[in-house]
Amino acid sequence: MLRAALPLLGLPLAGAAAAEEPTQEPGSPGEPLPGLVLFRWQWHEVEAPYLVALWILVASLAKIVFHLSRKVTSVVPESCLLILLGLVLGGIVLAVAKKAEYQLEPGTFFLFLLPPIVLDSGYFMPSRLLFDNLGAILTYAVVGTLWNAFTTGAALWGLQQAGLVAPRVQAGLLDFLLFGSLISAVDPVAVLAVFEEVHVNETLFIIVFGESLLNDAVTVVLYKVCNSFVAMGSANVRATDYLKGVASLFVVSLGGAAVGLVFAFLLALTTRFTKRVRIIEPLLVFLLAYAAYLTAEMASLSAILAVTMCGLGCKKYVEANISHKSRTTVKYTMKTLASCAETVIFMLLGISAVDSSKWAWDSGLVLGTLFFILFFRALGVVLQTWVLNQFRLVPLDKIDQVVMSYGGLRGAVAFALVILLDKTKVPAKDYFVATTIVVVFFTVIVQGLTIKPLVKWLKVKRSEHHKPTLNQELHEHTFDHILAAVEDVVGHHGYHYWRDRWEQFDKKYLSQLLMRRSAYRIKDQIWDVYYRLNIRDAISFVDQGGHVLSATGLTLPSMPSRNSVAETSVTNLLRESGSGACLDLQVIDTVRSGRDREDAVMHHLLCGGLYKPRRRYKASCSRHFILDDAQERQDKEVFQQNMKRRLESFKSTKHNICFAKSKPRPRKAGCKKKNGVANTAATNGKSPGDLGFRDTAAVILTVESEEDEEESDSSETEKDDEGIIFVARATSEVLQEGKVSGSLEVCPSPRIIPPSPTCAEKELPWKSGQGDLVVYVSSETTKIVPVDMQMGWNQSISSLESLASPSCTQAPTVTRLPPRPLAAEEPQAPLELRPSFAFPPSLAKAGRSRSESSADLPRPQELQPLMQHEDQSHLSPGTASSHWCIQFNRGGRL
Amino acid sequence: MGSGGSRAAQVPDAERIRRETGFSQATLLRLYHRFRALDSNKKGYLSRMDLQQIGALAVNPLGDRIIDSFFPDGSLRVEFPDFARVLAHFRPVDDEDTGTRDPMQPEPLNSRMNKLRFAFQLYDLDGDGKISRHEMLQVLRLMVGVQVTEEQLESITDRTVQEADEDGDGAVSFLEFTKSLEKMNIEQKMSIRILK
Repeated sequence: MLRAALPLLGLPLAGAAAAEEPTQEPGSPGEPLPGLVLFRWQWHEVEAPYLVALWILVASLAKIVFHLSRKVTSVVPESCLLILLGLVLGGIVLAVAKKAEYQLEPGTFFLFLLPPIVLDSGYFMPSRLLFDNLGAILTYAVVGTLWNAFTTGAALWGLQQAGLVAPRVQAGLLDFLLFGSLISAVDPVAVLAVFEEVHVNETLFIIVFGESLLNDAVTVVLYKVCNSFVAMGSANVRATDYLKGVASLFVVSLGGAAVGLVFAFLLALTTRFTKRVRIIEPLLVFLLAYAAYLTAEMASLSAILAVTMCGLGCKKYVEANISHKSRTTVKYTMKTLASCAETVIFMLLGISAVDSSKWAWDSGLVLGTLFFILFFRALGVVLQTWVLNQFRLVPLDKIDQVVMSYGGLRGAVAFALVILLDKTKVPAKDYFVATTIVVVFFTVIVQGLTIKPLVKWLKVKRSEHHKPTLNQELHEHTFDHILAAVEDVVGHHGYHYWRDRWEQFDKKYLSQLLMRRSAYRIKDQIWDVYYRLNIRDAISFVDQGGHVLSATGLTLPSMPSRNSVAETSVTNLLRESGSGACLDLQVIDTVRSGRDREDAVMHHLLCGGLYKPRRRYKASCSRHFILDDAQERQDKEVFQQNMKRRLESFKSTKHNICFAKSKPRPRKAGCKKKNGVANTAATNGKSPGDLGFRDTAAVILTVESEEDEEESDSSETEKDDEGIIFVARATSEVLQEGKVSGSLEVCPSPRIIPPSPTCAEKELPWKSGQGDLVVYVSSETTKIVPVDMQMGWNQSISSLESLASPSCTQAPTVTRLPPRPLAAEEPQAPLELRPSFAFPPSLAKAGRSRSESSADLPRPQELQPLMQHEDQSHLSPGTASSHWCIQFNRGGRL
Repeated sequence: MGSGGSRAAQVPDAERIRRETGFSQATLLRLYHRFRALDSNKKGYLSRMDLQQIGALAVNPLGDRIIDSFFPDGSLRVEFPDFARVLAHFRPVDDEDTGTRDPMQPEPLNSRMNKLRFAFQLYDLDGDGKISRHEMLQVLRLMVGVQVTEEQLESITDRTVQEADEDGDGAVSFLEFTKSLEKMNIEQKMSIRILK
């Protein structure tokens, strides 16, 4: 790539660079320098990487341009466009430099451009599908490729004997076989580029694509064997050489696969121990996969096979071991590299075609080759399919065969191989190059353009994308086991039997060895689907602006939700499993559970904006690297919020609205700030482990109830002034802590003043049981709600509205609801003593109005709190003060 | 696998069984040999023990249930016709089956519905036509393995039941079961090639 790119873009600038040459000996003492040089042109120092970067940039920009128009890309495959672009660029260079110096260099191609594509396809290969069809794929890859190579080579030789190829093409049978071997292999890059846009059904895709990947071994062997035979001269080839050739097929393919598997094993094993250095996980994946490729290449084994097997083999364990972020990084980097390489390959293919000096055209050869590769491919597919269908459960029908024959695209591999030929040994190289270019262009452009209409016209079964459901996953597993059992009963040890055995082996030994304990625990496929479904729900929930009652409701319209068990909350589950994705959605299922309410409050508070709870998929991800930053930021936040609180408390004392302990607070807040976070964490270090987070810190939120301000004269105020300790954790241990902290022996934590209404309040009314939600119910909200849920939604809205209506009388005091820190706090928000901590007035108003309306609300009985049992059972009313102690986790380092 | 005799004539009632199950002559013979091989002391039927001794079946999480399905209604022995009938569920679906079937005849054993019914009764232990939450939990416990805690298992169960449960009775009926598998190619997934 590096050297390859040089000549092209270097040309216009070469002159400039050369002109600068004399002045560019920096600091050479002998020469009298004309003083400090302000501006120095150092083109040649950056030239190579600069050109590569430019090059990729051009390709990427071209891609963007192509995709500006949906019409074009829906008809023309991207690969075609890129080839055409390459042709244009090549033409420009040719016009500028008067000679085309550039072509796709085989070394660059094989060492840098091909590996990412193969790794990508191997890593993301649907392995189940691959192994289900492995027999067919291997047949096509091995037998098919051999068949194509020999028939095409022989037929071309026959064509020459018949005098249809011009006599100036000096080639014997061996030369033609060599040419046949390189031109016959279906190319993974081309197939992937075209078939990804066609969307045929999975089976068809995996057969064509799997073939293109796995035939590499055959291609390599054939090419090498033929090449050495040509070099030796046909007269010197002995029978043992043929045998060696056959043997090398096994060595190269099995050796390549073995190298891949060894590296896959190493990779999986390495990622098991990266717990503390998460940041290098993606790098490891790429490094070891690349090492597999290079090792195989070094031992002249099939490198493509090696990387494919490496990706295929390691994926399960690597995905389980590495952190979520690393997984995303690996995925995106892989895709980026692959698509980048693919883009460059096709563009370079186009450019290389311009170089006519390497061409030697012979119509007979070109047309003959085109005809033969199409004809023999089709014939080979039909014959093999006929045989395979005798053994296949689901036979491949005629339409499949047509697509398979037609999808046999040739690409850059063939081109690179033909360029690699030695002209002194293969005199007809130029003719072969021209023919290969034509074949590649024909297959990529003509077949690539027409395959989509063809697929449509033939009504090939398309791939249908449906969401995975737990039922399907479960039943699929059941079916696998049933089939394995039936095979046992029948006494035939077939595919299902061996797959079952393999899975048991994997479960017993491999996974134990290669997965870290924590990953292994949650690495069950059914659990995985469950987890992913929840994540998806969460994402769609967030995507919809959080207005829908519950995203679960979308998939499960008829949830018999309310009677489910308390323990089923996802939140709880995730706690246990240690992955803290914020999935409050299912709380709807478990409204009555105390733990969920407590969760709701926690969520409420977190959303309310203490510190933006960073999404933590893995608690310890990249901690080393973001620690300082985050802590700084948090300290700052702590400071600001402390300041806010101070101001408020100042204000409230001024207004003689008393809260207990309002005075000491500022001081303590300050101390808290200084002493930093460790203090808090240390104090409450023993907070219950079932929170699921490693480092938990108890933070006591001091929250004044709205009665402090608004109902200070009412009878219950006395008690209310004393306040309530709200304890988020239901366990008595926490209660102890809560009491202790309630008496403020522990330094109070920063005051939380939510910048905006928490989304929990907006969308999860049942969680907090607050009536004031109505304020936020927009008309759009109801529209997004799916039909089946609208009734319930409307009901809830109307009930809330009725609750909020002014006709309602004052709230029963007994049922006062704990989880309302937000509403409780906001009355104080509007105090803007200093502009720097000013609240947006609208927010402040909103807060006030909300608190006002909520003050009037009779709390719906069923939504009664949290507090009821916890409070009354564990807390004596006397100890209640006006502080809501909420213990929650504030992330690792707080 | 045929440790017993290997003449076709030995299969008793071959024609009737073939008509019922749709097995080819060769498959039937093969099954019969297997049947004889499993029959440990040539008693002419299989007992539960005979099936339990199949090594791999013991480690199969559903092994017991599969064995149970050979012994409907608490019977203690399975004769060859019943043996063949159970296995006929896994015969691949041919073109002839779908094309030229006599509508008067009962649905062949390997139809989609019957395949599903077979799977369904593996879940439905008490045979009330519904997979209750408890039954689902049991299956999941078998399938999921030890890594997942009981609590997680429960929630998976809940979600699974909720997902399929359409009438809201907290259990999955056969109809709901088939619906949840609508998109799956059952004919393909529940067939074994050699059982032609």
